[in-house]
Order: sequence, then C-alpha cells, then structure tokens
Amino acid sequence: MDSHRDTPELERLLLRHAVEQFYAMEAELLDTRQFEAWLDLLDDDIHYWMPLTRNMAFGEWEGELTEAGRDLNWFDEGKFELEQRVKQIMTGLHWAEEPVSRTSHLISNLQVEEDGEGIAAGCRFLLYRSRNETETDTFVGKRRDRLRRAPGGFRIAERRIFLDQNVLLAKNLTVFF
Amino acid sequence: MAGGDRKYLGGLVRTSEGRISRDVFASQPVYEDELERLFARCWLFVGHASQVPEPGDFVLGRMGEESVIFNRDRNGRLHVFLNTCRHRGMRVCRYDQGNSRKFQCPYHAWVYSDEGGLIAVPKLESGYHNELDTAEWGLIEARVAEYHGYVFACWDEETPGFEDYLGDFRFYFDDYCRTFDGGFGEWEAFGGTLKWRMPCNWKFAAENFGGDYYHNPSHASVDAVILSPAGVEGRHTYDAVTRAREHHKLNVCFPGIGHTARGEYFKEDYEYMPTYQEMPVVEDYFRECYAKRRERLGEKARFFGHGGTVFPNVSYSNGVQSMGTWNPVGPHETEAWRIFLAPKDAPDEVKNVLRHYVIRYQGPSGLTEQDDMENWGYAHEGARGTIARRFDYHYGMGQGHEKRGWPAEWLGGDIYATEDVSEQNQRAFFDCWARYLDTPPSAQGARKNFEAAE
Repeated sequence: MDSHRDTPELERLLLRHAVEQFYAMEAELLDTRQFEAWLDLLDDDIHYWMPLTRNMAFGEWEGELTEAGRDLNWFDEGKFELEQRVKQIMTGLHWAEEPVSRTSHLISNLQVEEDGEGIAAGCRFLLYRSRNETETDTFVGKRRDRLRRAPGGFRIAERRIFLDQNVLLAKNLTVFF
Repeated sequence: MAGGDRKYLGGLVRTSEGRISRDVFASQPVYEDELERLFARCWLFVGHASQVPEPGDFVLGRMGEESVIFNRDRNGRLHVFLNTCRHRGMRVCRYDQGNSRKFQCPYHAWVYSDEGGLIAVPKLESGYHNELDTAEWGLIEARVAEYHGYVFACWDEETPGFEDYLGDFRFYFDDYCRTFDGGFGEWEAFGGTLKWRMPCNWKFAAENFGGDYYHNPSHASVDAVILSPAGVEGRHTYDAVTRAREHHKLNVCFPGIGHTARGEYFKEDYEYMPTYQEMPVVEDYFRECYAKRRERLGEKARFFGHGGTVFPNVSYSNGVQSMGTWNPVGPHETEAWRIFLAPKDAPDEVKNVLRHYVIRYQGPSGLTEQDDMENWGYAHEGARGTIARRFDYHYGMGQGHEKRGWPAEWLGGDIYATEDVSEQNQRAFFDCWARYLDTPPSAQGARKNFEAAE
C-alpha cells in the first residue's frame, strides 16, 4: 500500500485536506476575534482585494468587476492597511465594531490546485454577522486565494473576494473575509 | 394627505428656538412631502461628465427614489432620462453602464433613441392603427446642467437655473471644482460607483457632511491609526498642516440658501509643507500645484475647503474629491451613491495615492465613515419612538454667535461663518428644507395633472 503514498492523487487529497484545515483554523481565529493572530496568517506582501460588481449587458462581462489598482473597489490593499483596521477595532472606540460583531465564516466548495507559482485555492464563503440586538448581514460570494507553504501550514499571499451584491446591503464592511 | 395641516417652518422646524422635531426624520407623511416638494424640485447630482466620455456612453443615476439614465447622445449632448418606459413603466435600462444608441424596453419592446425619442413601437400599424403619436411619448427628460464637469438634473421648470440655485454658495462649490493647482482643470472619475444601503434617514448624512466638526470625537479610533497617505497617525492629509499653523476652522452658510460648507482659513500666508516625503513624484506634484494655486488665487488661496452639502442631498469632500448623493429609500433607509475623482493630467502615482486613500476613508469599507453610519443609524432609531418623538432634537449650538463677512469679506458678502463647532449650517439647511416643504405643489403642476386626467 505504501506505493500509493506517492501518487499525485493522494498528494492532492493531502493538500486539499491541509488547506481545508487551514481555512477552518483561520475562520476560528476570526470568529473568536483573534484578529492579530489572523494577521500572522497573511504574508507581508498580501494583496487583499474585493471589487465592486456592475450589472452589465450580456457579453459585456469584462466590465462586471472593477479593476484592482485602477478603479474603486471595496478593498484593494495590503497587510499594513489590514493591520490598521485591526488596530482600529482594538481601540474599543471603533463604534461600527463596538460592541464587536459576532461572526461565523462558513467555507465550502473548496478547489485546490498547486502549480509552479504556488497553491491556488478557491471556495465559496458565507459570512454571517450579528451585531447588537437585531443587526444581521449575510455576505455570500467566491474567494480565490494564493497560498504559500510556511512553517506550520500556509501563508495567504493573495486573497480575491467576489461578493455577490451590486448595491451593498450592509451598512459597513468592518468584518474580514 | 400629503401637506395636511403640517407646518414646517415654525412648526416641526423651530430653528429660531434651536429645536427640530424628531418627526422630520422618521415620519412617513413628512417623507412623502419631501418626495413631492423637495426632490422633485431641487437640482440633484446625477454623475460626472468623465463617466460618459464617448457618444453613446451611459451610466445609471438616481434622483430621489427614482432611477435615471445619464447619457451622452450621438451628438455629444448630455441627457438625463427617467428610467421608465412610457407604456407600462418597465425600466428601459438595467445596466449600470454601457454604450448604446437606443434603449429597448424588455416588456413590450418600445424603443427609445439615445436622444430620448420613441423610435420604434411593435405593431404600430396593426395594433395602434397608426394612431399613436410617437413624438408625444418619448422618455421623460430632466433639465440638465453641467458645471465644471459635474452634472446635475432637475424636474421642475420653475426652479432657477443651476448657477442661480447655487447663488452665493458658488465660491465654495467653485473651490471644490478647482483642481489642486487652483484652476478649473479636468477631473476624471475613477471607475465604479460605491452604492450601499444604510438604516437611517438621508438627512442625518446630509447635515453631517454639511458642517459638523462637533462629531470629531466620534472618530477617535481612526485618529489612533494611520490612514492619511502622508503615513502619519491621523485621518486627514492636512492634519499635520493644520496643527502646525494658526488657522480658523470655518462653518459657512448663507441666509436663505440651504447649501453648506466647511473648511479652513489660514490666518497667515505660508509655504508648502512637505507631506509625501517618501513618494517623490507625489510630493513634487502637490508642491508644484500648491505654488500654482497660490499664484492663481492670491489671498484667496488661504481658504481650503474640506467639504459640504449642495442642498439637499449632494455631499462632497474636497481634495479626496468625492461626490455623492444620499438617496431616500423611505424615511428609514438611505441608498448612498459615491464617486471619486482625480485630476485627469495628474501622474499615475498621484491618482493611485488618492484612490487608495479615499476607499479606505469613506464608504462602507472606509475607516471613518463606518463610525458615522453607526451613529446615524442609531440616531435614527432615536427619532422613531412614540415617547422619544415627543422630545425635539437640540440644534441650538452657537445660535446668535454667527459672524457675517468674517474672517474675510471675499469669502462671501452675505456669509455666515463660525469658528470650529456650531450648528448654524444645520439650521440653514433645515430652514431651507422647511421652506420647500411648506410650499405646496404649484398650481401649474396641479393644472398639468388635471389636463392629463381629462
């Protein structure tokens, strides 16, 4: 049976399992408000991007998403900016997150590919947020990551987040995706 | 029911006593008056000319609760059309942007040209027996005014032209429209429009942008982190400049005009202060612009606008150059639309710094406005309670301490200015709002309705 351990199929399964475990751990950190520990999962050169979504005519879909580095986006930033967001929450004075949101990150439809440039991991996410008494938001969409192997697991080198909303139905995006 | 026996000025709005009823924010009948008497009459921002650079280009806009098409026709002329088919009302355009010479209704396939005319009707002969006067049934078109590229539209023929509508406020809106070098250079909108919903009446946002330095403590959390592109703690690029120099922080309004603005007036002439030391191209650009602005505007270069609200629901921020509308969605909800712009001829490095900064400052992902929206939302809740509504909001700060023609005559002949914190701008906004709402739909408008019914 040992000979099977080296098959590409098994390697893919193991990688997929490792990424799945990594995402579960990441969600746990975010959902238990360990934001600083979450930042440690991000590589220093991370690009964290969430475009705006436009309604476009059939066949003109190249304009459906705003472009990183050129257009307006919900997020188009790096680790330094994400650190500032965490720091702001940690002041205890960031009223949009005070009291802090209760979140549950659900990750599914995982697809993992390793190529010459590293690991490409795609998934669907459902991020439920409850705040104060009755404030609720449900963010659903696709996430496409670039991961790098690192001691103890992975580091996120790129996170592209595609939220399935045109007019954002939440009053803010103070949560991490 | 609209109108009823409600009295606005001196009734729900008693600014002379520094009081405004909570009903102004949360009452359904008041809201219905607003749609008819305010949004249907005022000049409203619909987009920037750079969003539709080519013939045929269009983007959607919003006026009050209603969708409009803002386009440039085949001859280069700008139009604003109500986005509704004249036959059954279906939206004739459901794309956020595009390029088209016609708008075809998905329902019964009436087709309108980019100039608004009804150009094709299925079964015009067999169904309508050629008795439909297509010339009478084009898209409903608003009056359009382009002002330094910013495009406003208005439904009411009796409303003065846009420049008269601005009145003496024009100095401040011009200040906003000027590029960093002090001239009327060309601004270009970044791609995309931020659109989001928030659970509050639109006026909380409009009055906040119009001049509320009093809420600065609510931004303590963002002042504790690095947001300014200058790379230092604080949320504004100009914070360091402000701290280093003697200045007046001004709230500006005009009697009888609802437009309000805020900004800084530096007491002494001064040299450019290095702000972007780690970004030479950006630093050189702003240094050069600063010198040109001073040369061009002279004494008047000492005023730096921060932002304001063009009455009633068009709010802007200078420099980060945002422009947006607070679109009402019932009394209890607002759909904000916001664009950002940069000088067209600025180096890419400058555009990138501005773009990167503004999307982290404003909107739902913006560190600063997130806290504003939290406050507006729960302030709105405070306007809804049966018991709470018996108690007015306080709008009396600085009442009787407004100064005219101060600190410089050229800031505006009939200006009311106050230093730092005051609610004079809010009082001016609501006085104007109340006058609009006290005015019933015009007899002329009513006559049109009767004629249509006959």
